[in-house]
Amino acid sequence: MKMKITFGIAGLVATSMAYGSAVHLIESYRNTGAGPFSPDAGRSGWLHEHQSSSVVDTRSCASCHGTDLTQPGRHVKTGKPIEPMALSVNPARLTDPKKAEKWFRRNCRWTLGRECTPQEKGNFIQFMTSQ
Amino acid sequence: MKKTISIITLGILSIASIGAVMSSSEWSEREDEERDEKEHESDDHEDGLFRAAWLKSQEDVRPVENETYQRECGGCHFAYQPGLLPGQDWESIMDSLLEHYGDDASLDELQATEIRSYLLDNAANRASLSRSRAFSAGSDAGDGLPRITTTRYFRREHSEIPSRIVRGNAQVGNFSNCQACHRTADAGIYNEHQVVIPGVGKWDD
Repeated sequence: MKMKITFGIAGLVATSMAYGSAVHLIESYRNTGAGPFSPDAGRSGWLHEHQSSSVVDTRSCASCHGTDLTQPGRHVKTGKPIEPMALSVNPARLTDPKKAEKWFRRNCRWTLGRECTPQEKGNFIQFMTSQ
Repeated sequence: MKKTISIITLGILSIASIGAVMSSSEWSEREDEERDEKEHESDDHEDGLFRAAWLKSQEDVRPVENETYQRECGGCHFAYQPGLLPGQDWESIMDSLLEHYGDDASLDELQATEIRSYLLDNAANRASLSRSRAFSAGSDAGDGLPRITTTRYFRREHSEIPSRIVRGNAQVGNFSNCQACHRTADAGIYNEHQVVIPGVGKWDD
């Protein structure tokens, strides 16, 4: 029983830490004048198919991360498994703001052909936290 | 009456003594088990050491030893050992990370510098292992991007593999997916006795 409570608390702490970092990121986007953010806008951004300029294919976040964020993804080109993006099943997501920004930069450039705006990033984070 | 009591007493005593004997034999069994476990543990330890030594002796290329490289590059694809391409090819890869085989693989300056020098220090042309040195000839891909899969040595080693069991195999997908068939690739072991092609089986000719 005691152990269950301890695990429960540890889980809560881990989860709130994860969400805490997400709040941090959101706050930094808000400071640029962006907001309000919504998980629904995040979802439609996630699924939006972008035409790729260099190759004849369409790309979306789901190309690699899938449509169900609680499930693992798969790199569309290399086939390498990608851990789930939903914070509920993968509390390690968004705990390192530098890492989060690096992947936003890389992946937005690949998917949208440009970097994402603070508004778009905020929406994506809301979507990830809501899943 | 007295006789009955003494018989009962004797009975109880004898049951108790059987119990004592049983429990002492249980105890010694447990001791044996514990001793066995300890012996197994030391066996496992020896197995581990033996395996590590065996792995080391089988290395065709030096396994990845740089954490930044493993994390940053291995995040998207198999972290190809530096000894699979010559330095000049690693240089051109590091010079074009923004257009990394159709992906943006940009790094911050500090990480890029660290990874570049790790790759150059351990490139095929500087390797001591002969199989790794065979990759020094470099690649001759048409599109200007170096590829391990287009090096002469790679092509020779894979010439007997029909494309349908690699490109036409959803579990492999591409020749660049080393560890799909070379199960010990991350330990730098590529010899053909370790090859298992998913859906096909062992490939050991």
